This record gives sequence, structure tokens and C-alpha cells, in this order.
Amino acid sequence: MKLTLKIWRQKNAKEQGKLVDYIVDHISPDMSFLEMLDVLNESLVEKGEEPIAFDHDCREGICGMCSLYINGRPHGPQTGVTTCQLHMRSFKDGDTIYIEPWRAAAFPIIKDLVVDRSAFDRIIQAGGYISVNTGAAQDANAIPIPKPDADKAFAAATCIGCGACVAACKNASAMLFVSAKVSQLALLPQGKVEAKDRVLNMVKQMDEEGFGNCTNTGACAVECPKEISLDNIARMNREYLKATINNDK
Amino acid sequence: MSNSAFIKTSLARKYWMAASGLFLIIFLTQHFTINFLSVISPDAFNTASHFMGTNPIVQFILQPILLAGVLFHFIMGFVLEIQNRKARPHKYAYNSPAANSSWMSRNMIITGVMILLFLALHFYDFWIHEINVKYIQGDMSGLNNSGNYRYYEELVAKFVDPIRVAIYVLSFVFLALHLLHGFQSAFQSLGARHPKYTPVIVKLGNLFAVFIPLGFIVIALYHHFGH
Amino acid sequence: MSKLNSKIPAGPLDKKWSDYKSHVKLVNPANKRSLDIIVVGSGLAGSSAAASLAELGYSVKVFCFQDSPRRAHSIAAQGGINAAKNYKNDGDSVYRLFYDTIKGGDYRAREANVYRLAEVSANIIDQCVAQGVPFAREYGGLLDNRSFGGTQVQRTFYAAGQTGQQLLLGAYSALSKEIAKGNVQMYSRHEMMDVVIVDGKARGIIARNLVTGQIERHAAHAVLLCSGGYGNVFFLSTNAMGSNVSAAWKAYKRGAFFGNPCFTQIHPTCIPVSGDHQSKLTLMSESLRNDGRIWVPKKIEDAIAIREGKKTGNDIPEEDRDYYLERRYPAFGNLVPRDVASRAAKERCDAGFGVNATGQAVFLDFAYNLKYKYGKTEATKKGILNPTEQQLYELGKEVVKEKYGNLFDMYMQITGENPYEVPMKIYPAVHYTMGGLWVDYNLMTTVPGLYALGEANFSDHGANRLGASALMQGLADGYFVIPYTIGDYLADEIRTGKISANLPEFELAEKEVKETITRFIHNKGTKPVDYFHKRLGKVMWDKCGMARNEKGLKEAIEEIKQIREDFWKDVRIPGSYTEFNPELDKAGRVADFLELGELMCIDALHRNESCGGHFREEYQTEDGEALRDDKNFAYVAAWEYKGPDQAPQLHKEELVYENIKLVQRSYK
Ligand SMILES: Cc1cc2nc3c(=O)[nH]c(=O)nc-3n(C[C@H](O)[C@H](O)[C@H](O)COP(=O)(O)OP(=O)(O)OC[C@H]3O[C@@H](n4cnc5c(N)ncnc54)[C@H](O)[C@@H]3O)c2cc1C
Ligand code: HEM
Ligand code: HEM
Ligand code: SF4
Ligand code: F3S
Ligand code: FES
Repeated sequence: MKLTLKIWRQKNAKEQGKLVDYIVDHISPDMSFLEMLDVLNESLVEKGEEPIAFDHDCREGICGMCSLYINGRPHGPQTGVTTCQLHMRSFKDGDTIYIEPWRAAAFPIIKDLVVDRSAFDRIIQAGGYISVNTGAAQDANAIPIPKPDADKAFAAATCIGCGACVAACKNASAMLFVSAKVSQLALLPQGKVEAKDRVLNMVKQMDEEGFGNCTNTGACAVECPKEISLDNIARMNREYLKATINNDK
Repeated sequence: MSNSAFIKTSLARKYWMAASGLFLIIFLTQHFTINFLSVISPDAFNTASHFMGTNPIVQFILQPILLAGVLFHFIMGFVLEIQNRKARPHKYAYNSPAANSSWMSRNMIITGVMILLFLALHFYDFWIHEINVKYIQGDMSGLNNSGNYRYYEELVAKFVDPIRVAIYVLSFVFLALHLLHGFQSAFQSLGARHPKYTPVIVKLGNLFAVFIPLGFIVIALYHHFGH
Repeated sequence: MSKLNSKIPAGPLDKKWSDYKSHVKLVNPANKRSLDIIVVGSGLAGSSAAASLAELGYSVKVFCFQDSPRRAHSIAAQGGINAAKNYKNDGDSVYRLFYDTIKGGDYRAREANVYRLAEVSANIIDQCVAQGVPFAREYGGLLDNRSFGGTQVQRTFYAAGQTGQQLLLGAYSALSKEIAKGNVQMYSRHEMMDVVIVDGKARGIIARNLVTGQIERHAAHAVLLCSGGYGNVFFLSTNAMGSNVSAAWKAYKRGAFFGNPCFTQIHPTCIPVSGDHQSKLTLMSESLRNDGRIWVPKKIEDAIAIREGKKTGNDIPEEDRDYYLERRYPAFGNLVPRDVASRAAKERCDAGFGVNATGQAVFLDFAYNLKYKYGKTEATKKGILNPTEQQLYELGKEVVKEKYGNLFDMYMQITGENPYEVPMKIYPAVHYTMGGLWVDYNLMTTVPGLYALGEANFSDHGANRLGASALMQGLADGYFVIPYTIGDYLADEIRTGKISANLPEFELAEKEVKETITRFIHNKGTKPVDYFHKRLGKVMWDKCGMARNEKGLKEAIEEIKQIREDFWKDVRIPGSYTEFNPELDKAGRVADFLELGELMCIDALHRNESCGGHFREEYQTEDGEALRDDKNFAYVAAWEYKGPDQAPQLHKEELVYENIKLVQRSYK
């Protein structure tokens, strides 16, 4: 396959970036999208040019490191997969492919296609945990948890923190990510103890990071590679409402 | 903390947005009912209008609340829009939002502004006139020169001009678009989501969003063509 | 020859750890505040250690090269985590877990460590559940278990196919809690470039900020390396792209001994290499071998026809298929341990029966069980008396989908083939490294104050790791071992005072790091880093992979030297060192792999026996099984660095088995 790539190049956070055209040839449909970029990068290095910086690590859809806004959609044209799982057979010979970084005020660009997602870490630090110290736990089977709750908590917990929800959302809102964590912990008895403070603090941090407001467009859930459901956003809305109304602080 | 959490955070903004939106939906239902009377029975319409126009509870309690609601809703709409634009200062060069979300959901501000423009005209048409007659001229009788209720004929008079009717009809289309997303969105904002009930809410919302504006269109066209 | 002191406490096996805990030196809370600990790595081992130490009151700094600690490679573990909980009432116990692990490791692990691991395993599950890790549950609301290879009990706790993810997110949340409290300072996108040794003790690290290129000095009273495994020395492996040996390698070069470097685990069921462009290999969970039958054609012409695309697996009639595992190991069949299954696949492919274009793949076929196991059962349940083949297929497919749907989807995504219709093609791939920095019972390397945890140490898994045990070990080390054992060392450090990062040793180490980086950037080469990495990987895979022999290993050592020379002459790194430059990061890692590869070959060459993952072709039984030599090789080989271009020195830690009798493994 021969493809035209229009890739966002930006030296660093401060400098202006622009789309640059590249032609890649002899691309096998069995290649993954990132392997296609590897091929391009090798040829750039051989020419003495700077390779395209992009984030990736596990390349099997679980670490959440890869990103890329491909032809107007986070993680490319397929749903339920990350960029690293996308294969070139999803494209046709002669296609033009736009590749851009996640764009959000809260995710500043570091270089080319690499953005800084540390805002997510700070949101988790604001309350995305259960305060239990090592060694303080009781027997794991002491609290039975209804299977449906456990399954829902698990489904929410599969979020890989990739940020595609923010990238997809027209408002660059982080609601899906935050609500996934709030939901996971709110569904489990262990997490209920701190539920109120958790949701208040995490939302506060989310706002401080400069994410937009959710207007329920639902793009996040469609594009989420782990298919995190909008149920979680609704659950967080409930949790938050409860916490604000019924709060003695 | 709980106070500021209830006012200043993104989630609080959503609650109020949803609450005001739902409130406007209720108003719309009421407003539609009364106005639809004009199609069925001019007398009933006149009676209802007079009651609404002169009842002190409606006039001095409900009306200010409604106006505040409208005001709040669209101001908050703008606030959200401005914040959301700030959250993505650099737009994508190539974007395919249609792949993951509906046009309605993405363009609430456009449909909202169209409704707002309509409201400006509409207020000029009806509300300013009412205020003028009732509170500036001080005529609370609701009667015209010939001693009948004036409401029906004033209403009919407004729908003579085809341009105004066209604007009205177009606005109602925008209202429909606004509601197609807004109705169910308000429930989601308040956290009311359930595997059994949500599909019902969505259906109900779609019916409401189509039929209420359609009803308004019928009223407008009826009075334009019907006399 | 310097003596290796493993510091195993005296006393009976089952009392060692509790006695140790009651007598180990403690540091009082006020003093902990003024003791600094550096943790390199935020995987299961690193995050759990950092969180637990911070809770105790130490001042902790954590480093990882990813953009968030949550992305460490532990996130990718699929299958599950073992624990001797005996919730199933099927006769599990601490002893049994201990025994299975020693045996699975082909009797090359240290008894005391493995016993301790089995002892704390139950606490891990408690801890994780308390953190909100959503393990799979039964309808009664209690935890569910599954079984894994090499055991006869159900002791594996799991969270669908994402156990590693859930455990790591649990540890990450504990870490986040301590970061929020200010007890941990987190340095993401930072790479450790060197350890700094002052007066024989580890006193800090040199790190590079990967975003700005800034070289930083960080001083501490102790340094914990939790930097994961080095499977990427093979270029292609199931490891993440960034997984590397550099942190451990730098420690090795500063005096920490490297234990059993040649012990590598090759996982039998991975998606085969499809072409030169391939950047990594994807694991297909071990659980698939429960229902998938492994085969190749009996006739070589069929194999050739399949390779040329003239036939598919479905065209080969039943009688012309060679279910070679069932044939060779009737007792265990498709469920033999990983090392055995991997070698058998290689044997068939080497004999010319491979089934994909490269000739390096075997079939993993679900058709039989899909139709006749699940399809039939379902048909019976539904009261269908004489189901057609099509009906059986439809019914069975639903069951298989429920069990393995996500794996099948993953397979389809990568290969473009539908495993419900055609047999999967699989091939072994590098997966885990049992070798690593040698540590004593305290998890301390041979450098005082320098510890190694998780996959980075030479580990409790001997010559072969059982499934679901790496997660257990990483968390045991971090949550339950290091918080105690580190006190033994730090109790004597309370009067040391703050370590200064301005000491000449830091200056020197920083200078050396900068020199290497400058050398890369100014190198007038022509080839990208990956070019050399791929060459190294090929040599390692061909000559130090699933099967090794003296001749090959000797050649490999020479070839690696050559590649290393070419690398330094001809590698080209664009850009500068004062910016985000992933190519530069990669270069540093590959430079270390190029040295490690040689040590692995040296180790493999010296170990004149076959055991676990280490298979020397010269040492096999008549029917091709691994032949151990307990008389001469029941030891840990710990290698000491002697300087550039010097042969490393071998130290032996004899393995004393007081509780277990050494026997030959058999799966026939
Ligand atoms: C695909 C796959 C599936 C697996 N499935 C299972 C399973 O089901 N059950 C099981 O028990 N085991 C499984 N394993 C093995 C297990 O996942 C690993 O052995 C274990 O998670 C290793 O944890 P760790 O904490 O030692 O290292 P890692 O999780 O690899 O963490 C390494 C950390 O070190 C950091 N680091 C490395 N080098 C540097 C440096 N130079 N500077 C700074 N930071 C550095 C990294 O950023 C990272 O944070 C699997 C492994 C793979 C690859
Ligand atoms: C009678 C008229 C109106 C009705 C019935 C109405 C109703 C609604 C409803 C129900 C919502 C959904 C709230 C939510 O999702 O939480 C909404 C959202 C919105 N409305 Fe209106 N609205 C009206 C007029 C307006 C006007 C005049 C504007 C002016 C700009 C406006 C702008 C918006 C915007 C921007 C949103 C999206 C915000 C969000 O979903 O959070 N609306 N509206
Ligand atoms: C054909 C359709 C409509 C007709 C005939 C109509 C008629 C009227 C009349 C007669 C009044 C004056 C009532 C009074 O002040 O006492 C009025 C007021 C008003 N109308 Fe409408 N209307 C129509 C559609 C709409 C729509 C679609 C909206 C909202 C989007 C709307 C919003 C309002 C508002 C906010 C007022 C002011 C209410 C008050 O202060 O009492 N109208 N309308
Ligand atoms: S919610 Fe989905 S899209 Fe958002 S960070 Fe998590 S996995 Fe990524
Ligand atoms: S796309 Fe955005 S608007 Fe809300 S529903 Fe998702 S966060
Ligand atoms: S690289 Fe890990 S999810 Fe894509």
C-alpha cells in the first residue's frame, strides 16, 4: 500500500506546529498502525531527519500509552481498539491519513504527537483510591460483594487512562475517565466509606485541570477503546449530587 | 465546601442547566396547551389567556420565575460554551465528530441561540405588548374596543405576515433539534439513568421533541392560512 | 572467589520468616522521615514497595520512564495471580504452593525465599481486595478461582483477562494516595541512567528527564530497583516496547552480581511473527490450551501446501494431522508446562512442518472442542437429538465466545483471520526472564543499600516460572517483604544524615552519563537504533533462545561483539539531548542489551545441563527431554562485572534443599 500521511509536527510545547506531508510505500496490511509509523521513522532517521515522536509502550491495548487522532477520530476508525491494535488493513491503498495529537488545554503537547496527561494522575491523587495501608486488610472473603456489582466495578475499572474520551469530547471533558474511577469505587463496599469526599475532590481537581464541561454528547463512550459506559457518568452525577446535598462539612 | 460544590463546579453547572431545561420543558408543555386552545376554541383560549394574564400568582410569581429561568438557562448556556471552547483552544485540523455523536448534541448552542433570537421576536410580538397594555396603560380588562376578549384576535393578527410565520416555523424546527438532545440529556445530567427506564425516557423525549414543536407549527400555520 | 551470603535465617523452613520478622531491626517513626529511599520502577514491585514504605514514614522518590506510573508493564499481565488461600477446599496450602513453585522452577530456586513467597501470598489477595481490586466473583459474592499450568489445585485469582491491570491499578492507587500526602515524590518520564555508589554503598541515582533532557542527581539512603525484566534483548518479545535492562545493567556494572542471566521463559502460545516489520509479539493466554488442540500436518507436502497458501488447516483430514503434544505427552497432552510445549513446537517447525509463510507456526485448533465438547453439550441441554454439524458449530461457538471472546477478537484484530472458522496459528515467544540481579533473603544485591524487587531480581522462579506467579512475587516483594527487610539495613543509617548529591561520586557518574549521551548525539552513523536491536535479537533468538548448544553460543558471543562494535560506529541519533528524544532513550537501552546478550550467552554456555527454560541440546534424554545435572549445577550462577572487555567472574550460590527431594520432572 502507498499512503499519504499528514502528520502534526511540533518541536515543543512553546513552538508553533503544523501538518507535514509524508509518503509511505510498501506498507503491508498486516502491519499495525504504529509499525507503519516505525517504518516511516526508520526512513527519517536514515535521512538524518528527526523521527516523529509518539507515545506507545505495550502495543497490545492495555497500558493506555498510545494515543493519536487518526482521520478525525481518537484511536482511528475502529471502535473498541487502541491505536496500537489498529492494523493497516483498515485502510486502502492511496488513502490520505491525518494524524494529530490529542487536543485539550489540560493535555499540553510535549512534542509532535506526544501530550502530557499528568492531569489524570493528579485527579487520581485527589481521591481515586481507598485509604487502606499495607497490612491493615481483613480477609478477602470477609465482605461478599454481589456479583453484578463486582462485574460493574470491574467494567469501570478497565479504563486504561488513555485520554481518548477527552480527545473525542467536543468539550475536552474528562467525565468518562473520572466517572469510571468514581464508579468503580462507589460500587464496592470498601469504597463507600470515602465515597463523598472522593467524588467532591476528584471533580474539583478535574475542574482545576481545565477540562471542559460535559454536555452529554456521548462521543467519549463511543470512542473509548475499553467501551466504558455512559452509565458511569450518570452514576458520578448521582454520587456528586448526593455528596453535595448530604454533606455536613 | 459543599456550598461552592453546589454552585461553582462543572457538575453543579450541569445540574442547574438540567433543572432549568426541565423547567422550560414544563413551561413549554403548558404554553403549548394554552396556545393550542386557539386552534380548537377561540373562547377557551381567551378565557385561559385572560386568567393567565391577570392572575396575580401567575403574573407576579410564576412569570418572574419563568423569565429568570430563561435568562439563567441561556446565560449558563453561553458560560458553558465559552468554558468548553477554552478547554480546547486548538482545534483539530481534521475532525469526524459525526462518527461518534449526533449533530444535535454538538450544536446546542446554535439551536439555543436560534431559540433565543426567536424569543426576542416573540417577546416583542406578545410579551412587550402585554406588559404595555396591562401595566403601562393599566388596562387589565383584557377586552378590546368592541368589548370582547382581545387575545384571540391579537394572536391571529400576528400570523398574517408570512415572513413572521416562516421565522416562527423555522425556529420551532430549531426547538425540536434542541429538545431532541436536551430532553434526555437533562436526565443524564441529574444522574437519572437506568437500563429499564432510560430507553423509555429517550423515546418519550423524542416524541416530545418532535410533537410539541410540530404542534406549535400547526398553530402558526393554522392561523396564517385558516383565516 | 568472594562468598555470596544469602542471609537465610536459621531455623525450620516454616518458622524462618516469622522469626526473622520478630527479630529484624526496626527504625523508629521519627527517624524514618529523615531516611530517603529511591524506587526505580512503578510496576507491581515498585508501586507496592513505594506505597508501603511511604506509609511507614520513609521519604520516597519513585521513577518510571512512562508518562504515568500506571503504565508499567505489569499492566499487561493477563491470566491471574496465585495465592495459597485454599478457598476451594481442594487441599491447597502454603507448603503446596511452595512445592509447586520449586518443582515448576526445575529445582533451581532458593527454598527459604519461595516458602516466604507462598506464606505472604494470602495477604496479597486481602490487601488487593481492600484496595478495591475487582477480582472475579461467584454468585455468592465470594472470590472465584481458576487453575493454571503446573498445579493440581485452583488457586489463581483473576480479573477477566486483565489481572495485571487491576492489580497494578490497585498498587497505583496506593501510590497515588501517598503522592497526595507528600510522602512520595513521583518522577514520571524519567529514566535512571546510573546508580551512584559512595563508600561501597548505593547512595543515589543519576536520572534523565526524558522531556527536557536534563540530567538530574538524586541522593538517598537506599535504592530499590524494580525495573522489570529484560526479555526485549530478543527484540521481539511479549514485553512492552520500553521494557529494558538498563537499570539492572548499570547496577551490575557498579558491582551488583547478575544471577542466572540465561534463564528465559519462552511462552508457547503467542501470535507468530508475520514479517520483518513486526515490533512486538502478542501473548495468547495459556488458558487457551484448555480447549485448543495443538497440531501440525503429518505429511510434509501438506505443510508446504499450507505455507504456499494452496491449502488451509481445514483442508487437512483428521488422519493426516499430528497432535504432537498428545502424542508425546499422553498424560498432560496439550497442558504440559510452558518450556516443554515451546520446545515441542520448535522441534516440529524445525523438522519442516510449520504452517505459516515463515514456517514458524503451529495450529491451535478449537474446532473439535467447539463442536463436539461444547456444541454437543449445548445441543443436549436444548434437547436437539441429532444436531447437524452446522448446529453444533453455532451452539459451540457461543460457549467459546463467552470463554475466550476477547482473546479471539484480539487475534482477529492482529492477524485478520477468524479463529472461529480457521485454526489459530501460534508460535512460542520470549515472555519472561527468570534471571536478574542476584539478591539475598533481604532482597539486597551484593551492593549494600541496593535492592532489587520483582522481575528485576533473579527471582524465586528458578529455571522456569509457573503461570500467575510473577504477579504474586512482585507484590510479595513490595508489600510484604521489603518493608521489613529494609529496616535491617536502614536501622544503621539513622545517624548518616542527609546524603548530599554534590559528592564527587555523583559528579563523576553524571559526567559519565553525559559523555555517553553526547557520544550518541555526535556519532556520525547512518543506521537507526532498531537496525542493531533487530540484529541482536536474531542472534539471541537463533542461538540463545529455546534451544542452545555450545557451538551456537560461542558464535553468538562473537557475533554480539561485532554488532556492538558496529552499533557504536554506525548508529545515528537525530535531534539533540536537550529535548524529548525517544530515539536517544532507545539507543541507551540497546547499548546495554548489547552487553547483556553476551553475558546471557556466557551463562548459557557455562551451564552444561538443561533445566527449565534453559535447554542445551547436548543435554537431553533419549526422547528429547531436558536433562538436569544436580550434582554439578544445583547453584545460582551470579556473575560479577570485571570491567569493559573483561570476562565476568562467576560466583556460585549452592542451592541447599532441606525440605524437598530433587527429582526429574515428567509429564508423560
Ligand atoms: C504479556 C504478559 C502477560 C503476563 N501475564 C502474567 C500472568 O498472568 N501472571 C503472572 O503472574 N505474571 C504474568 N506476567 C509477568 C508479569 O507481568 C511481570 O513479570 C511483572 O509484572 C513484572 O513486574 P515488575 O514490577 O517487576 O516490573 P514492571 O511492571 O515491568 O515495571 C518496570 C518498571 O520499571 C520502570 N523502569 C524500567 N527501567 C527503568 C529505568 N531505566 N529508569 C526508570 N524506570 C525504569 C518502568 O517504567 C516500570 O515502571 C506477564 C507478562 C507479560 C509480558
Ligand atoms: C424554551 C426553550 C428551551 C428549552 C425547553 C431548553 C431545554 C434544554 C434542555 C432540557 C437542555 C439539557 C440540559 C442538560 O443536558 O443538562 C438544554 C441544554 C442547553 N440549552 Fe436549552 N432550552 C431552551 C432554550 C435555550 C436557549 C434560549 C439557549 C440559549 C443559548 C439554550 C442553550 C442551551 C445549551 C447551550 C445547552 C447545552 C448545555 C448542556 O447540555 O449542559 N437553550 N436546553
Ligand atoms: C405558535 C406558537 C406560539 C404562540 C401562539 C405563542 C403565544 C404567546 C403569547 C400569546 C404570549 C403572551 C402571554 C403573556 O405574556 O401573557 C407568549 C409569551 C411567551 N412565549 Fe409564546 N407562543 C408560541 C410559541 C412559543 C415558544 C415555542 C416558546 C419557547 C421557546 C415561547 C415562549 C414564550 C415565552 C417565554 C413567553 C413569555 C411568558 C410570560 O412571561 O408570560 N412561545 N407566547
Ligand atoms: S474512559 Fe476510555 S477513553 Fe477515557 S481514558 Fe479510560 S479507557 Fe481511555
Ligand atoms: S463526549 Fe463529552 S460531553 Fe460528556 S458524554 Fe462524553 S464527556
Ligand atoms: S501502546 Fe499500550 S495501549 Fe497502545
